[in-house]
Amino acid sequence: MAAAGARWNHVWVGSETGILKGVNLQRKQAANFTAAGQPRREEAVSALCWGAGGETQILVGCADRTVRYFSTEEGRFQGQSHCPGGEGVFRGLAQVDGTLITCVDSGILRVWRDNDKETSSDPLLELRVGPGVCRMRQDPVHPHVVATGGKENALKVWDLQGSEEPVFRAKNVRNDWLDLRVPIWDQDIQFLPESQKLVTCTGYHQVRVYDPASPQRRPVLETTYGEYPLTAMTLTPGGNSVIVGNTHGQLAEIDLRQGRLLGCLKGLAGSVRGLQCHPSKPLLASCGLDRILRVHRIRNPRGLEHKTPHLLQVYLKSQLNCLLLSGRDNWEDEPQEPQEPNKSSPEDTEVDELWASLEAAAKRKLPDLEQTPGAFQTRRRKKKRPGSTSP
Amino acid sequence: MEETGGSRKKGLKRKRASEDPQEAAVVEDGATESGGQPPKANAFPPGFSISEIKNKQRRHLMFTRWKQQQRKEKLAAKKKLKKEREALGDKAPPKPIPKTIDNQRVYDETTVDPNDEEVAFDEATDEFASYFNRQTSPKILITTSDRPHGRTVRLCEQLSTVIPNSHVYYRRGLALKKIIPQCISRDFTDLIVINEDRKTPNGLILSHLPNGPTAHFKMSSVRLRKEIKRRGKDPTEHTPEIILNNFTTRLGHSVGRMFASLFPHNPQFIGRQVATFHNQRDYIFFRFHRYIFRSEKKVGIQELGPRFTLKLRSLQKGTFDSKYGEYEWVHKPREMDTSRRKFHL
Repeated sequence: MAAAGARWNHVWVGSETGILKGVNLQRKQAANFTAAGQPRREEAVSALCWGAGGETQILVGCADRTVRYFSTEEGRFQGQSHCPGGEGVFRGLAQVDGTLITCVDSGILRVWRDNDKETSSDPLLELRVGPGVCRMRQDPVHPHVVATGGKENALKVWDLQGSEEPVFRAKNVRNDWLDLRVPIWDQDIQFLPESQKLVTCTGYHQVRVYDPASPQRRPVLETTYGEYPLTAMTLTPGGNSVIVGNTHGQLAEIDLRQGRLLGCLKGLAGSVRGLQCHPSKPLLASCGLDRILRVHRIRNPRGLEHKTPHLLQVYLKSQLNCLLLSGRDNWEDEPQEPQEPNKSSPEDTEVDELWASLEAAAKRKLPDLEQTPGAFQTRRRKKKRPGSTSP
Repeated sequence: MEETGGSRKKGLKRKRASEDPQEAAVVEDGATESGGQPPKANAFPPGFSISEIKNKQRRHLMFTRWKQQQRKEKLAAKKKLKKEREALGDKAPPKPIPKTIDNQRVYDETTVDPNDEEVAFDEATDEFASYFNRQTSPKILITTSDRPHGRTVRLCEQLSTVIPNSHVYYRRGLALKKIIPQCISRDFTDLIVINEDRKTPNGLILSHLPNGPTAHFKMSSVRLRKEIKRRGKDPTEHTPEIILNNFTTRLGHSVGRMFASLFPHNPQFIGRQVATFHNQRDYIFFRFHRYIFRSEKKVGIQELGPRFTLKLRSLQKGTFDSKYGEYEWVHKPREMDTSRRKFHL
């Protein structure tokens, strides 16, 4: 059950107690996975990222400076590697070409050889990024390019194959109207697709867009939202807007073309720690300190679905730190399953085997799933009825 | 028209004295139209309701008559039910339980199950673990907002007699963020700030000190000792027992643990004093009593000490930092108060 269950999880969430939770949104169930069998606070998960080979492996960065490898196929932890150096928790994890990139709070960014074993080798590359790092993010298009930013640590873009100096170093905005220096606190960074631009959200409730291609090192666009520090950010599928969350649990969608606020999402009661949008569906997963994972629908047609702002929420009993949303399409209904053969992209044969086994598993599970989509649809129908009578 | 004439006549019979001058003119009409018709039970044409009568006095009359009738019918139904129950004796069906808002409370998925290991681990390793493991004993600092008035000052003094090992300090306009490092260096475990507005205390900030959570409450219904009727003498120096009622959800557990960590772990039963934090419908009632057992089952209690009601506004992770701190729970009235049957604590 655990093995099959691990494959069917849509969202993976890391918590402060060191438990990695896999959540199946169809059945609204969560499965706990721990490395040692018992939760430990020292293993509090601070960073999660997908490993090599599609979405079969997850790299879990823990507070005791170890990176554990978790296999979604088998539903268990496979190995770990200890990544010492610097102080603080992991602020970013990434994987490229069989190497592992880690960045810690005190600003030490290291590239390790990815060997899946207990032996900790020396880092291949080490960079000092500056103290007080809050986030390190890898460019999904150019995996050797990473961006870092933090408290009083301006945004810097590094090319790990290039020189030891950052490719782009952002400049602070001009002094404000009282001629005081504007403080810097970059909390989250995202790379915009189809261009070289980056978006950051700050602890001083600003959202800024930087363009390394332009001659100006200052932000190209700056907007503010709310009065509280923005802690998490994610890009929406269209690529034109971002969704940010702050320490009060307020989520807002901000359009980057104009810097306008498009709308807010409600439901969260605690500080937002993790946000991720699905790459194609209008779904947003959010997790935070109020111990609940929520999945929101973001493109609401001004109609009846608007009445249900979240699709669902799942109570997971520990405070949640970070999440990973699986980007695959075969979430809900069987009619979408024929998309699987289309989705088996020209990658490794391993992935083809994975899809083949998934299909087999899906056909096996059909009698189970039939009940839940039916229930889902009746739930929708029930909710539509009161809506349809309203003028 | 006939029926209304008949009913007007009926009204005349009942309230002759008051209605005479007004009804005088009408009586002729009624008499001419429905001379000998005995006024039956008010048989109005269907679709006619009392609220359609334009004349206020007549309308009021009709309404009072209708109300009296309803009351009669209700009494009759009750008597009948009682008779039936007595007749059935043991075979009578159980009495239906009246619906209250507490009964109808929406099931909260965050309700803590006592057997849940994950929650137990979470609680065993949270910021209060050192108190519950008997490693630290509480030392409280009580202060107010700047320039407090008499009521607030007296409340602080009374609170310091209720909470053992607590010290009251005058605020002197100092910033909380500066007070907190000093408290930590002097080994204080908790900080209580009573906020005052227009000469009455209206807020309470409770911050657990070495990096613990900070809870912000709205305080209402504050009664000082002299305002409590039939109270006992002042509390003694014995450490009281604590009662925490009805903190069922995960958030409730966190808040309950915060309150528990204010008092030393070993109550002195000789003192027979008890402090109660009773949560009902998200309001926390604080009472301080002295009890005495007169027999195995009979207790006498005397209320001592101040009494107040708290409502949680926010729970922030970390010590007091309302601007940049991360909140574990924030009360959002427009989102959370939509249902009258949903509570969070």
